[in-house]
Amino acid sequence: MAVPSFLARERIIARPGFNRWLIPPAALAVHLCIGQAYATSVYKAALVSHFESSLTAIGIIFSIAIVMLGLAAALFGTWVDRNGPRAAMFTSACFWVTGFLVGSLGIATDQLWLLYVGYGVIGGIGLGIGYISPVSTLIKWFPDRPGLATGMAIMGFGGGALIASPLSRQLMSFYDPAYDPKVPTSIASGHAVSMLFLTLGLVYLVFMMFGAFIVRVPADGWKPAGWDPSMVKHRELVTTASVSAGNAIRTPQFWLLWVVLFCNVTAGIGILEQASPMIQDFFRQGDGSLVAGAAATGFVGLLSLFNMGGRFAWSTTSDFIGRKPIYMVYLGVGMILYVLLATVGSSATWLFVILAALIISFYGGGFATVPAYLRDLFGTYQVGAIHGRLLTAWSAAGVAGPLIVNGVLDTQGTPGELVAGNYRPALFIMVGLLAVGFVANLLIKPVASRWHEPSTASSTAVPEGASR
Amino acid sequence: MSEPQQTHTPVGLIALAWTLVGVPLAYGLYQTIKTASSLFG
Repeated sequence: MAVPSFLARERIIARPGFNRWLIPPAALAVHLCIGQAYATSVYKAALVSHFESSLTAIGIIFSIAIVMLGLAAALFGTWVDRNGPRAAMFTSACFWVTGFLVGSLGIATDQLWLLYVGYGVIGGIGLGIGYISPVSTLIKWFPDRPGLATGMAIMGFGGGALIASPLSRQLMSFYDPAYDPKVPTSIASGHAVSMLFLTLGLVYLVFMMFGAFIVRVPADGWKPAGWDPSMVKHRELVTTASVSAGNAIRTPQFWLLWVVLFCNVTAGIGILEQASPMIQDFFRQGDGSLVAGAAATGFVGLLSLFNMGGRFAWSTTSDFIGRKPIYMVYLGVGMILYVLLATVGSSATWLFVILAALIISFYGGGFATVPAYLRDLFGTYQVGAIHGRLLTAWSAAGVAGPLIVNGVLDTQGTPGELVAGNYRPALFIMVGLLAVGFVANLLIKPVASRWHEPSTASSTAVPEGASR
Repeated sequence: MSEPQQTHTPVGLIALAWTLVGVPLAYGLYQTIKTASSLFG
């Protein structure tokens, strides 16, 4: 599928002397916008009230979007690699913004199905393309620090929720003066949410187009000044060869990494999904809890900070200690933290908060480090397309994580009456999942040379299935 | 074939780009830290 010439990869090849530090803000401009997907809880109650629907019916909107994210990333990954980041960012912006506009129309006209199609399906496609759009470009611009580069962009996805949550509250109170975000029982009107969608859509259009406008790809053979690839400390798993996306999914390494990502994300979602009620249930005393509602909201905010910070800090650390060792930390130390959370987590609030925050930082770190891990194993040749296919693990975890936690808690009692002990079975399932991920990570070895492209393969993306 | 033309990225453009993404991010961080502080209040 050809793209208009102003979007073509050939039009955005950087001239010598271009400053690569213009690329991270281009990537952030996209990821800060699509990260809004993690802020949907802000208007969930308003949508339930407006449509006179259930939490489940509204929650499905987010689930559709995450499933579409994985599918779109997998299906369009090769297209993104072939056509470059400007075409991908532009297309992502069109889908993401259209999702908001159709969603806004759905709310304004009381048609929930339009929200499913708009925000869920159309917006979800924008999410998937947008998520992978800058990743391979960043890896090529920062061959000396790929973990830092992808950490910056994927940190933006976490940061997007930090911006969208308070901004959405303020915009809803602007469009509905009767709504007071400081009052927990106050609910915004459907009109306010519809206008919020419209406003966010327009703001995101400007930001994402800005990213698409300034992004550039390096010329073939470009490398940072003073950087000599042959001087880089040799690591067993880091290849200089190239593996195509089609061949990558035939290797055990791809599927082992799929399992690693699936386990890490499922375990993290286990806490993220239940964060607010979980901290109150852990410190329940009789009918009430030692942790008030406002403090529980603060806990969710703190987890968002660690989710975002972990993406940058741990991914950057992986440039120094290596990708396999950092995943041993995420999964191995994560297991210990989960066991501590299940056994002594209810002994003190500060201990619970520290344990949960560290677990969530590993969850974020797992997301941000995986593109660099793929680069190490398969080279930069079609890393965007391979990353897109790997993100199906996220979609699967997005379904499995909440199913495990909610399924276990349903057997333990009624919401509002649960205590720390009721969470133990779910937490120990997460420990088991992390153990599976830990073993999968240990089994990852360098990719066999029979999967490598012929040595003439350049680092420039070539259509999968093309002449070689 | 002629040599590719040299370019120089204006520092102002880099500063503008980082400001455009940095300001909203700083707003989000400030608001979230304010919310999170209620946990310790």
